[in-house]
Amino acid sequence: MPGPEHRQQQSLPRRLYGWADTRFSIGDLVDYMRHKTVPVHGHSIFYYLGGLTLFLFLVQVGTGILLLMYYRPGADSAYESVRFIVSEVSFGWLIRSLHSWSANLMILVAFLHMFTVYFTQAYRKPRELTWFTGMALLGLGMAFGFSGYLLPWNELSFFATRVGTGMVRALPFVGDYLMQVLRGGDEVTGATIGRFFGLHVAILPAAFTLVIAAHLLFVQRQGMSEPVDWMTKNQNEKKFITFFPNFLYRDLLLWLLALNVLALLAVFFPDGIGIVHWPLGQKADPFAPPPLMIRPEWYFMFAFEALRLLPVHVLFLEGELFGIILFGLGGILWLLVPFLDKSSNLNRRSPLFMWFGVLVVAFIVVMTILGYTLP
Amino acid sequence: MIAGLLLVGTIPSATAVPASTQSNCVKCHFDIEDENGAAHQIGRDIHQQSGLYCSDCHGGNPALDDMDAIRASAGYRGVPDRLAIPAFCSRCHSDARYMHEYNPSLSVDQWEKYQTSVHGMRLAEKKDRKVATCVSCHTAHSIGAAKMPYSSTYPQNLPTTCGRCHADKAYMAEYGIPTDQLEKYTRSVHGIALLERGDLGAPACNDCHGNHGAAPPGIASLDAVCGLCHAIEAHLFDGSPHRPAFIEQGLPMCETCHGNHEILKPSDSLIGLAEGQLCATCHAADDQSKASADILKVSAGLRSLGNAADSAAHLLSLAGAKGMMITDEEFMLKEVGQIRVQARSTVHAFAADSLTPKVEEGLAKAEDVRKRAVKLIEEYDFRRFGLGIASIFITLLALGLYLKIRRLG
Repeated sequence: MPGPEHRQQQSLPRRLYGWADTRFSIGDLVDYMRHKTVPVHGHSIFYYLGGLTLFLFLVQVGTGILLLMYYRPGADSAYESVRFIVSEVSFGWLIRSLHSWSANLMILVAFLHMFTVYFTQAYRKPRELTWFTGMALLGLGMAFGFSGYLLPWNELSFFATRVGTGMVRALPFVGDYLMQVLRGGDEVTGATIGRFFGLHVAILPAAFTLVIAAHLLFVQRQGMSEPVDWMTKNQNEKKFITFFPNFLYRDLLLWLLALNVLALLAVFFPDGIGIVHWPLGQKADPFAPPPLMIRPEWYFMFAFEALRLLPVHVLFLEGELFGIILFGLGGILWLLVPFLDKSSNLNRRSPLFMWFGVLVVAFIVVMTILGYTLP
Repeated sequence: MIAGLLLVGTIPSATAVPASTQSNCVKCHFDIEDENGAAHQIGRDIHQQSGLYCSDCHGGNPALDDMDAIRASAGYRGVPDRLAIPAFCSRCHSDARYMHEYNPSLSVDQWEKYQTSVHGMRLAEKKDRKVATCVSCHTAHSIGAAKMPYSSTYPQNLPTTCGRCHADKAYMAEYGIPTDQLEKYTRSVHGIALLERGDLGAPACNDCHGNHGAAPPGIASLDAVCGLCHAIEAHLFDGSPHRPAFIEQGLPMCETCHGNHEILKPSDSLIGLAEGQLCATCHAADDQSKASADILKVSAGLRSLGNAADSAAHLLSLAGAKGMMITDEEFMLKEVGQIRVQARSTVHAFAADSLTPKVEEGLAKAEDVRKRAVKLIEEYDFRRFGLGIASIFITLLALGLYLKIRRLG
């Protein structure tokens, strides 16, 4: 056992580490991370997208907690409190802007993460559950966006939420009931803010935390997926770096760059820019005529536009219901890809699923463009 | 008129003619008339829509299917002579009991008023067949209520309706009155509001001249006419030294400064004693009078308020262009604008002292907006400075990390 003299010679971080190691045996964990490796190849950059999504989520948690200190849900107080935050509270504008920018960027990076995982077939055995939890996280992220959009209770958010929640009415049998559950009544009112607020700050964060914990656990236990064509390579042809500290430092470097970009965007475009835009504008007025062009957030645009372009009736179904069923089936198909793609499970390329992915990307891109260009 | 009076006998009832026989008149007239004829136009006539029909005005028995037989039938009145039209229409429209059945809120004094109008007096006294009668303004067979957009008396259509005669130089030549009223009105602040902006509250011809009793407003009553809408200005003017002075000199009240048909949007630059400014028309800059001193004081007050408001608005737009939230300040700036309007109204008291409190209130508010705009611009600069500092710090941190990664290989 080292004596007092030896302890005095150690640096403070080492002494702290030793203190924690004695009590929690974290040495095992560090040792595990030191031996954990990350593949290095032409597409290694994709490995950082998950970490970047996590960073942007953490920014949202931090800024969201700060916003929570001043935000007051309710039809008579929501708009006023957000206005107070951006005009009176010190750095309130910055916090709201960072919250909104990080939310939009998180969805964007999460989409990129999902598609890079898909096209590199990283979903294949044994990472089916990682894929499932990732999809759940993307869904929860979008639910965060939808529920948060209404909270400022301004003109745009009110009418967009009315359209968005109204879409579920197309579902047979349960449509009306579901819409009432979402809205807390027949119309979008103060009761809807209460529900969306509860979802946004309690239910979704709790669910997100659980799923992200599982997702990270899976990633840590299984490590990064190696490319399909590595399976035919010899071990000495493969290149790796250690997770700790090499990969983690690179991750941190990217986080710092992302923080810099976030700060730039928040200062120069506090209300967003182009299609990523969240001006506070006028307070919601249920009796006012709706704005000429009600548009959802950009990440819902492809679905919104596809439903809009569908004819009133398709076969024996209403167009909107047909669209919802189609999206539902498409989503299930996308989710089950790890089981359906037999080739990838044999560590082979899957041209069929690659083209299916290309089709999905093209559909999303084209519908989004049409959504912003068609009258 | 006498012929018309003779026609006033029986009052038609909405149920006098069975509905099944009502169309006999139209059946024939529709074929022999062009699209401007009565039978073609009657579909949108308020009388027809109210259940009245041809025979209710023109008499005769419409159940007969022969024109000559109808003409020979009892009560047939046919087409009234132009001089008899007002009396022809007033058979019903002057009968309060009868009109109550159709429109209880409609006045029944049109004929009475018409007789006091320039049109009515010329018709009665000079048998002038060119003056306006009921059908000149309301049309004969497509009469619409004034609230109906297709009606010739709908506010936005009324200037054109009056202008059909009053803007026709050849038609009006023998009367020796100007024919540029419509042209001038179209350019005026009232015309622009009504015809371009669609503000139905803006006055058309009849709001100043009356409709059935149309006549030029008298000189002494002009401020009362304008005061119907511009109540505050009229009230201030009544207590001002200008009113007795204008009456003494036989000057039309509001019209002396603002004109009549071509009333333009007034600006602060109208007030002053320099050449071309309105007050200089009557007041001299070098007469050392209290009036001249007051004019200069009022002019200076309005100018300073205008400059302060413009300066605040400019700074605020700069702050807005930088992405700062300026909703509260914009609201305050609107209040400054409101104070400017009130200050301009106060000018009609023609007493500099009554303007001073408004100007001071406006200046204080404009200064408040200016300060807040400057603060917002400073805040924007502070944000960029803060961003620069934070960015340098983050970049240095990133650089250190990058060097560490390189050292690790």
